[in-house]
Amino acid sequence: MISPEEWQIVALSLRVGMVSMLVTLPLAFALAWLLARVVFPGKILVDAVIHLPLVVPPVVTGWVLLLLFAPSGPVGAWLEAWFGVSVLFRWTGAAIASGVMALPLMVRAMRLSIEAVDRRLEGAARTLGAGRWRCFRTITLPLSVPGILAGAVLGFARGLGEFGATITFVSNVPGETQTLPLAIYSALQQPGGDAMVWRLSAISVLLSLAALVASELLARRAGRGLHVI
Amino acid sequence: MSFDIDVRKRIGDTDIALTFASEEGATVLFGPSGAGKTSVLNMIAGLIAPDAGHIRVGGETLFDAGVNLPPERRGAGYVFQDARLFPHLRVAANLGYGGPLDLDAIAFLGIDHLLDRWPRTLSGGEARRVAIGRALLSRPRFLLLDEPLSSLDRARREEVLRAIEHVRDTLALPILMVTHDAAEAERIGTRIIAM
Repeated sequence: MISPEEWQIVALSLRVGMVSMLVTLPLAFALAWLLARVVFPGKILVDAVIHLPLVVPPVVTGWVLLLLFAPSGPVGAWLEAWFGVSVLFRWTGAAIASGVMALPLMVRAMRLSIEAVDRRLEGAARTLGAGRWRCFRTITLPLSVPGILAGAVLGFARGLGEFGATITFVSNVPGETQTLPLAIYSALQQPGGDAMVWRLSAISVLLSLAALVASELLARRAGRGLHVI
Repeated sequence: MSFDIDVRKRIGDTDIALTFASEEGATVLFGPSGAGKTSVLNMIAGLIAPDAGHIRVGGETLFDAGVNLPPERRGAGYVFQDARLFPHLRVAANLGYGGPLDLDAIAFLGIDHLLDRWPRTLSGGEARRVAIGRALLSRPRFLLLDEPLSSLDRARREEVLRAIEHVRDTLALPILMVTHDAAEAERIGTRIIAM
């Protein structure tokens, strides 16, 4: 019922979503921690820039990525010179687009969970002899893990659905950058592509639903059983 | 001299100022809620910095002009009013957070049957005794006790009071305890300071 070609699209989508989530995760956590815990000048501006992909038309985000990662662009030229690689028209480029679009959602979820960690527990850890790093590693990080996981799953789901920035940045190359939404878009353009649209859409909905349920369960876990006595 | 304290701090609209020096035993800060007693303990533990003054305990300067040791280097065994056990760690891991888990050293607390429990399953008295054990196992040079008996019923109060007396008399650690209860202050304090 589902053709090998369609399975390949699903596999590519999962790979793009997973890689973009894993690469974005540490960056999102660092930004979330910065926003939750550090007071610095220009914080509002940094916060706004992180959230830009959420509100700017995705086409614009894709175009900016294209400018940055083109062979003549600042990041693209650097990648070419140092590593001899280009991300244009490659699945790695699709992962970058997904990561940028997912970043604000991941930062939001993680920031909330870091802010929810009771600072008094960190104070208690410090009086027990833990330095800042040990306190972070043994108290702050484990207590914000449910939020980190929820943010990661949400980011993965967002990456799976990425369309506008991806098609602008790395185009719609079957087998390379054609993820689920791009394949659905292509099938819609073809006469007789209806059945494929139905199948791929159903897969998209199921994957997204599973991710959202997982994210919600993790977020609930974050609020349960971790109250301070 | 165990405590040599002279601190001033403005928090919001409240000025907190306290100067005292005490010898061995337990010093009790006694006074109504809102007088800044907990803030004084937080300053001594290094969780907040005084605006001015000095903090010396057992002859070592913890805070003074140009000196402000971080909490982890002060050697305070701080028992908070709200136990503050780490919710993601079992009792054993809470007890062992600040130093090796030596049950013999804290046998008098009667908490050895609680080791596998999660903090959320403990009663108030149990949580308080675990918090005292955790503070003692971090090998502190002195103890700070913030209302260690509040919200406990009579039987639990007696358990925790005995534990504090044991620490005062047998372990001979300098203790600074905050309370608003005159009877507690009388029983524990070798010196009582009104605030």
